[in-house]
Amino acid sequence: MSVNNAKELSTRRVQQTKSKRSYYLKRYRIMYLMLLPALAFYATFSYYPMYGITLAFKQYMFNLGVLRSPWVGLANFQLMFQDPQFWNAFRNTIEISLGRLAFEFPVAIILALLLNELGHSKMKRVYQTVLTFPHFLSWVVFSGIMIEILGDTGIVDGILSQFGIHGFDPLVTPSVFRPLLFITDNLKEVGWGTIIYLAAIAGVNPELYEAAYVDGAGRLRQMWHVTLPGIRGTISILLIFAVGGLMNAGFDQIFNMYSGPVQPVSDILQTYVFRLAFVSGNGFDIPTAAGLFSSVIGGLLLLGANWVIKRMGQEGLF
Amino acid sequence: MATNLQRGPATVDEDREANRGKSRTTTIVINLVVMVITLLVLFPFYEVVIVSFGNNPGNLIPHIFDIANYRYIIVQSGALRAFLTSVGIVLVGTPFSLLLTILTAYPLSKKHLPGRGILTGIILFTMFFGGGLVPWYLVLKQLHLINSYGVYIIPSAINTFYVILMMTFFREFPDSLEESALIDGASDWTILTRIVLPTSMPVIATISLFYSVDRWNDWFTPILTINDTSKWSLQAFTYNLMQNVNQFTSNAQASAAASVAQSHIQILPDGLKMAVIIVGMIPIMCVYPFLQKYFAKGVMLGSIKG
Repeated sequence: MSVNNAKELSTRRVQQTKSKRSYYLKRYRIMYLMLLPALAFYATFSYYPMYGITLAFKQYMFNLGVLRSPWVGLANFQLMFQDPQFWNAFRNTIEISLGRLAFEFPVAIILALLLNELGHSKMKRVYQTVLTFPHFLSWVVFSGIMIEILGDTGIVDGILSQFGIHGFDPLVTPSVFRPLLFITDNLKEVGWGTIIYLAAIAGVNPELYEAAYVDGAGRLRQMWHVTLPGIRGTISILLIFAVGGLMNAGFDQIFNMYSGPVQPVSDILQTYVFRLAFVSGNGFDIPTAAGLFSSVIGGLLLLGANWVIKRMGQEGLF
Repeated sequence: MATNLQRGPATVDEDREANRGKSRTTTIVINLVVMVITLLVLFPFYEVVIVSFGNNPGNLIPHIFDIANYRYIIVQSGALRAFLTSVGIVLVGTPFSLLLTILTAYPLSKKHLPGRGILTGIILFTMFFGGGLVPWYLVLKQLHLINSYGVYIIPSAINTFYVILMMTFFREFPDSLEESALIDGASDWTILTRIVLPTSMPVIATISLFYSVDRWNDWFTPILTINDTSKWSLQAFTYNLMQNVNQFTSNAQASAAASVAQSHIQILPDGLKMAVIIVGMIPIMCVYPFLQKYFAKGVMLGSIKG
């Protein structure tokens, strides 16, 4: 083949891709039109606010707005890092998230294993119906219920009084408030949490159980050697995503349940940002900086989680 | 195991089919454990109901059945208006969100759409990184959404997770069906509305339910952006009642005392709180059977394959 020929071929190819592109644009015209509203939505409510991040490097003046407030470099971060409340909130965020990993994450797995042992019984459906319901309530409503039960005139106090413990209100007792967060979140979410595991268990090959039984494995050993390995993939993916979500320590729950006395043990970055920006009203610059700090760490953690999952050969978020 | 042996060889085969060595005692023990957990979840709701009917908090056995709390909550407190506002938000917001979600997910589910990767990336990036609370609030302010009904509908119009869910579903749709429709001269719009959507009812039902529940439960948006009490949703109303329950209680007591028929009734703050909680829970309970039918499907659709 001569040089000329090759050249001709390549120009023809370029022309082909060009016409292909215009063909595709025409072919998918309607598809692009369909996407316009979504692009406008994400531009306005996800990307446009990112420009507001500049506030983290400015001194916010109410009368000047975001655009004209003066730049101050890293001064907001310096002030923030000097605030003991910030460090407390940061440490609480990590500690509460790790606490949830330890005391909430395994509970759904255990409950799923137990529910699975009940086969297709009617009671199993009843249990699941009750256990999943609270997931669909908001934390305003569910915390209202929990406070009613646990508060100073609630039924728990009544029962404890029978045993001679008077006036014990766990909602304002720092030493028990975190366990309380874990327990109440478990009550609300554990039923929902089992669904994905139960679906994974349903996909375990029944012949494996047969084989294990023939080999003399009892119920517990079947659970341990067949069911658990069968859902190992699901468990590890959910675990990695939970680690990726470490910066979300459960704002909805804490915001609705915490109060002054337990703030030192339950104030997380999101509640800290909210208070700073909308309760104490000292301006929007430092809260923006704190929010940015949290977003960057949270985003990196989630990206890391996604990367690990893909390395494992599973399907990540993208 | 021992029980199996005692039952003799005749039942071993049967056991293998049905029980695989599962003893009845263990089943009973597991039943008991799960039952206790279930009762732990159920019991608070029982308390809520009896307290809402005028029983003292902490009572185990109800001895009063009185609807004064409900009467005050529904007729006088402003909860009815908030309830209707919430219903309106769900009725307008859900179809709006659904439409936008379909319009986003369908084109992005097409493998051959040029630029699909970039467009999907733009959307997925928002799951990893955002501007944070304050910049988001400032945008709402700039768009004059503060203190308007629009704030309930517009800023939360698309949930990226549901877009992914729907995308995953659309991707399973056989290409051949759409191609043959294309050859017959149908436009993409016709294919979507006449062929794809009618066969996607399960995923549409799932996502509509999820959006409606999210709308109904959204409490943070109004707390942050609505000061005008007449525009409160039921969640905002409930939050406010929880925070200022004493004021609500004295109002309720005053209005009960003013009416001769009810002057003997004592209204307790806990009763008012629980009554408004029940009112807020009723719509969720109404759709719960449907939620139960579809949620497992939804979880599985969007979930990572394990």
